[in-house]
Amino acid sequence: MYGSTNLSEEDAKRMNTTVEDPEKLEAFESRIARGEKIEPQDWMPVEYRKQLIRMIEQHAHSEIVGALPEGTWITRAPNFRRKLALIAKVQDEIGHGQLLYSAAETLGKTREEMLNDLLNGKSKYSNVFNYPAKTWADIAVIGFLVDGAAIVNQVINSKGSYGPYCRALERICYEESFHLKQGHDNVVYLATGTKHQRAILQDAINRWYVPLLHFFGPPDKMSAHSEKLMKWKVKLASNDDMRNQFLDQYVPKIWELDITFPDPNLKKNNDGIWEFSDPDWNEFKKVINGGGPCNAERIAVRKFAEEAGRWVRQALMNPTEKYVVPLA
Amino acid sequence: MNTLDPRIKRLSLEPSAEVEKTNSHLITYEVFHQEKRGKHVTHVGVVHASNPEMALVMAKEVFGRRGKTTNLWVVKTSDVYTFGSDDEDMFETTPEKTFRDPAYYKVRDKIEKFQSKQKV
Ligand SMILES: [Fe+2]
Ligand SMILES: [Fe+2]
Repeated sequence: MYGSTNLSEEDAKRMNTTVEDPEKLEAFESRIARGEKIEPQDWMPVEYRKQLIRMIEQHAHSEIVGALPEGTWITRAPNFRRKLALIAKVQDEIGHGQLLYSAAETLGKTREEMLNDLLNGKSKYSNVFNYPAKTWADIAVIGFLVDGAAIVNQVINSKGSYGPYCRALERICYEESFHLKQGHDNVVYLATGTKHQRAILQDAINRWYVPLLHFFGPPDKMSAHSEKLMKWKVKLASNDDMRNQFLDQYVPKIWELDITFPDPNLKKNNDGIWEFSDPDWNEFKKVINGGGPCNAERIAVRKFAEEAGRWVRQALMNPTEKYVVPLA
Repeated sequence: MNTLDPRIKRLSLEPSAEVEKTNSHLITYEVFHQEKRGKHVTHVGVVHASNPEMALVMAKEVFGRRGKTTNLWVVKTSDVYTFGSDDEDMFETTPEKTFRDPAYYKVRDKIEKFQSKQKV
């Protein structure tokens, strides 16, 4: 998932023990229950602020790190039209990062603190971006299925309670629909092409299947729950529900091209629930903790960008300007 | 560094290199967007920039990438004044002031009553 809503055990415990002003808390919760949004200047529980910062920050990091595997293919796009579309998509993803950093910033953490925490490993980004894009078919599969999974997640989150995050997501979802369409177009082009084109597409699907199942986070039975995050509309759907929605929307669109997923147990039950072989959740944990195939490369590239651009930012900096938290 | 990307290979990056922390930051500007000539200019978000000119350049990249735009405005966040959300109740009774609405003034009934009386 872009911004994970899975709590660490420590967080889950604090969630249930932090004492808030009961009157303010009640007003806050009834505002959310009425379907109203919370704005940056409003009173909010300490844990609400903390969990939102963590979640939006992770989402922002995922956007800018997510641009890296795709960015590497810009120079090698097969034709000019595909190159234009890929440049536009990658630029959008960086733009999403900017929108999301600003949304998180309204909660009181500066963009620079967030970028520092990405580089020192204190904050995470989505696991899915720690896998390599080996061939052009990976770009097709990322555009269609990784963005498809992201859209499921983002559309749900856009119904949340925090105003700035919802507004950023509305704009993001609009742009994501272009990512999805160009990705689908790319997938269909390969699937209806030569034997070799079909083969590289099948190979890419085989490699992305498990990371895509991992994308929505551990199964509900394995993850720490917080009723509060649901009540506060920070988390709006369970990991399993989102995963099921994704499979329901996208598996048929791959199958209709006579391309398969590397899982004999993947099928839809009569009650509408998708079944699949358990993806290795130990691998998920390994990748989160830095052991994925591309973790080191992603962070090294971000560090390079940070260092190479530093003199420009410093030259532009005006030390007499006073920083204030963005408004909305 | 073991990478599939030829450009990254050429950089020969050291994976363990420490990065100096950045503690100072650029200020933020609130961005306003006008879609069409003659339409309202509305708030769309925030950019970080060193000065208003750079803020406009950033705003163009972030908020003017697709669709229609005729103009963008940027305002330093610290230059925007707002009511606090605690003051929200001062607008609570405004919708009740129906005497400010055109629909409050219903003359047709009276005219019809008057005319039917005249005919008698
Ligand atoms: Fe995105
Ligand atoms: Fe996207």
